[in-house]
Amino acid sequence: MIKILIFPLLFLWVQTAKAQPETGSMLIKNGTLITITNGVQAQTDLLIENGKIVRIGKGITVPKGIETIDATGLYVMPGIIDAHSHIGLSAINEATSPVTSEVFTGDALDPLDVSIYRALAGGVTISHALHGSANAIGGQSETIKHRWGVIEPDALKMEVAPRTIKFALGENPTRVYGRGYGMVPNTRMGVEAVFRNAFAEAVAYKKNWAAYDAQIKDKKQRKTAVPPAYSLRLQTLVDIMDGKILVHCHSYRADEILMLLGVLRDYGVKKVVFQHVNEGFKVAPELAEFGAMASVFADWWAYKFEVYYSTAYNAAILIRNNVVTSINSDSGELIRHLYHEAAKTQKYGDLTDEEALSLITINPAKQLGIDQYVGSLEEGKDGDIAIFKNHPLSVYAIPRKTIVDGVVRFDIEKDPDDVRLYVDPEEKFDQPVMRVSEEKCMQGADLMEFLQAEK
Amino acid sequence: MKLKFSLLIILFLASLPTLKAQQIQKTRTGTFALTNATIETITNGTVAQGTLVIANGKIAALGTNVTIPDSAEVIDCTGLTLYPGMIDAGTRIGLSEVGSVEETTDYNEVGDVNPQVEALTAVNPNSVLIPVTRVSGVTTALTLPTGGLFPGKAALLNLHGYTPRQMYAGFVGVVLNWPSAAKRGYGDKRSPEAIKKEYEKEKERLNSVWEKALTYAKIDSAYARDAENQPEYYPEMMALSPVVSGKAPLLLEVNMASEILDALTWIKEKNLKKVVLTGVMEGWRVADKIKAAGVSVITGPVLQTPTRDYDRYDKPYANAGLLAQAGIPVAIRTLETENARNLPYHAGFAAAYGMGKEEALKAITIVSAQILGVADALGSLETGKQATLFAATGDPFETSTDIRYVFINGWLIPMDSRQIRLYDEFLEREPGLSNE
Repeated sequence: MIKILIFPLLFLWVQTAKAQPETGSMLIKNGTLITITNGVQAQTDLLIENGKIVRIGKGITVPKGIETIDATGLYVMPGIIDAHSHIGLSAINEATSPVTSEVFTGDALDPLDVSIYRALAGGVTISHALHGSANAIGGQSETIKHRWGVIEPDALKMEVAPRTIKFALGENPTRVYGRGYGMVPNTRMGVEAVFRNAFAEAVAYKKNWAAYDAQIKDKKQRKTAVPPAYSLRLQTLVDIMDGKILVHCHSYRADEILMLLGVLRDYGVKKVVFQHVNEGFKVAPELAEFGAMASVFADWWAYKFEVYYSTAYNAAILIRNNVVTSINSDSGELIRHLYHEAAKTQKYGDLTDEEALSLITINPAKQLGIDQYVGSLEEGKDGDIAIFKNHPLSVYAIPRKTIVDGVVRFDIEKDPDDVRLYVDPEEKFDQPVMRVSEEKCMQGADLMEFLQAEK
Repeated sequence: MKLKFSLLIILFLASLPTLKAQQIQKTRTGTFALTNATIETITNGTVAQGTLVIANGKIAALGTNVTIPDSAEVIDCTGLTLYPGMIDAGTRIGLSEVGSVEETTDYNEVGDVNPQVEALTAVNPNSVLIPVTRVSGVTTALTLPTGGLFPGKAALLNLHGYTPRQMYAGFVGVVLNWPSAAKRGYGDKRSPEAIKKEYEKEKERLNSVWEKALTYAKIDSAYARDAENQPEYYPEMMALSPVVSGKAPLLLEVNMASEILDALTWIKEKNLKKVVLTGVMEGWRVADKIKAAGVSVITGPVLQTPTRDYDRYDKPYANAGLLAQAGIPVAIRTLETENARNLPYHAGFAAAYGMGKEEALKAITIVSAQILGVADALGSLETGKQATLFAATGDPFETSTDIRYVFINGWLIPMDSRQIRLYDEFLEREPGLSNE
């Protein structure tokens, strides 16, 4: 009965939600601004109007009707960006085929996921809601803004962000398809074959469409021209070859990284970000030469064999070899303290403050193709801000306020006891859930293990 | 002649880096004097410009007025601070090498009543993970078996030695996993009623095992007077016997508020004195009850998400501090394997979210040592204690701090690990780019 009542109510709520993302205006006064691209500016003001940074300077007077936030003694930095996350998603892996370029994580957004709020409480304003790593060519992924409070899934989308897609190499696709289903890929050789088969098919598909387009322009042939069967899967691959989609590839070992660089070269794909890429340090010169970027863990290793020969100095080696590098979370836990994860590069490789903070701001912005909008404190960029007590690279750093498009989405002084936007009426109140740590990348992919466990 | 000699020296010097790279760095012991150091004793304040003398594996002297023995190797610690080695009171170090490869994991035996199996037996002293951990100043770790009701005996290890015996740091404890009344993750579709039913059933099982062990203990003490006849070999009960009779410690892993309360009632019923609560993620909900029961707590990981969606985001960070404020002795653990090196950061987050730096430092040194019954040897810098310590450029909770020297049981540990070697090899890879 309760369900019957709640559903139409929810529906009404959704209907009244704004189509345009909410923006706000504010003056952040007298903070220590860590701009990332233009040094550290002490006792400086930052004015946001209608969701955009319009002025940075000293002694800015408050325009009428605009709220002032006193940041005296606090650090003001651009909102943190996570280039690899699965929060805010109700599905992660379409683990039904080694190639699933036709699916979108943007169709499975969950704005009610409390992980979004927890990420905000760690200063994170944007995350890349990636498809999982079960398939060699996985689904297209969504770049989301952490507009906690909205309930319409599409309201999370960062509309200006370019399209991205997930690829995956190594143990995960070979485990799911080779070991799980007894099909290709069962080896890293097979993974390469999957990519080459898929791109070869896409080349033929593109050619067929080009021929058809030529036919319909020709008066004689127009009448008899038959269009090729449309395939969203192959069209997506064509779009990758045409440079319209950024590739984000789950990878660990040096050999498989080089393999993919070879495939991409052969098919003219120029934009690629390697994810995890624990052995990226071994092929840093090759990554730099290609212009490939890297999004790594600060120190995760040894949880599976392909990450046994890792080093926490990975980010530092990549940076010193001129590879654009970011630090990501891939975890609803790590995303809460990416500033601390970035700080670990000072222990492992002595990165400067600016270099370390670039790993979670401007560099992931470059990797998501959104660096003209976010990732640094600059006039004209989005009003995405994290305000810290203590320096963000200190273990004693505490995020105080997190602002998205000029709207305060997390405020430590107004942090409610219960932040949930939706409460399952059937859930027993006093029922805790034991956390099981897992590689989120593989969520929903372990069908075979599930079936075996059922037996 | 002179020229030739200089040339020889130059050649020798030029060959040094290669020689160094080929050298295998070994640990070494002897008499050491660490001079001009700030000494953070933990139990007895901070000594400025002090000297600490290590001899025969122990701290022979420390202070500002210390005579340096003639035989001592002097290490100038100007600008450095000495701390006792950090103790991680809950890990799987030595029992797991590569998480997902079962052939390399030895922490989970078949069956749910295995109190007789010994973690120490299966510890791999040559695990690649060990040097990675200890160069970060984490010198000592409790390694835990897991799975089932009684997964086995945990052991405290010094992270140096070539046999488990050499590593053994003086504590062994039977682990009890308290039955769980929580969902096993979001995929768990059991109804609250079904969960409760299973929980009650599991508690009954625990009690029946416990009763059996009590009976065994009685029979065993009767047999003790009769050397000719001995009871049948029953290793499970032999292992539990000293625990049920209160002679040996019990590490009771329990996390949810309602389970903690049940466990406290149970501890009282069984009149257990040598019991330590571990995990205790929801301890903050029932801190006053834990305090009243007079038990100690090993909590962590601190870097963990809240147990319930409706809990405040910072509760896992704050838990250790809230327990300490209630007057409970609290140690912090990581429950990590390959990343137990992050122990200072777990403590650092606890410090930042209410526990304070001093208490958090104690929670990974002296309090851990006290809870594990090894405070006579570990956990602080005091004359007569084991020389297990490290020298840092500053606050060990900060990532900008470097660890310069590590001593374990008087052995000077080389600041070397596979992760460091990979850095040295690949920072400027040779050959770099090749066109072949």
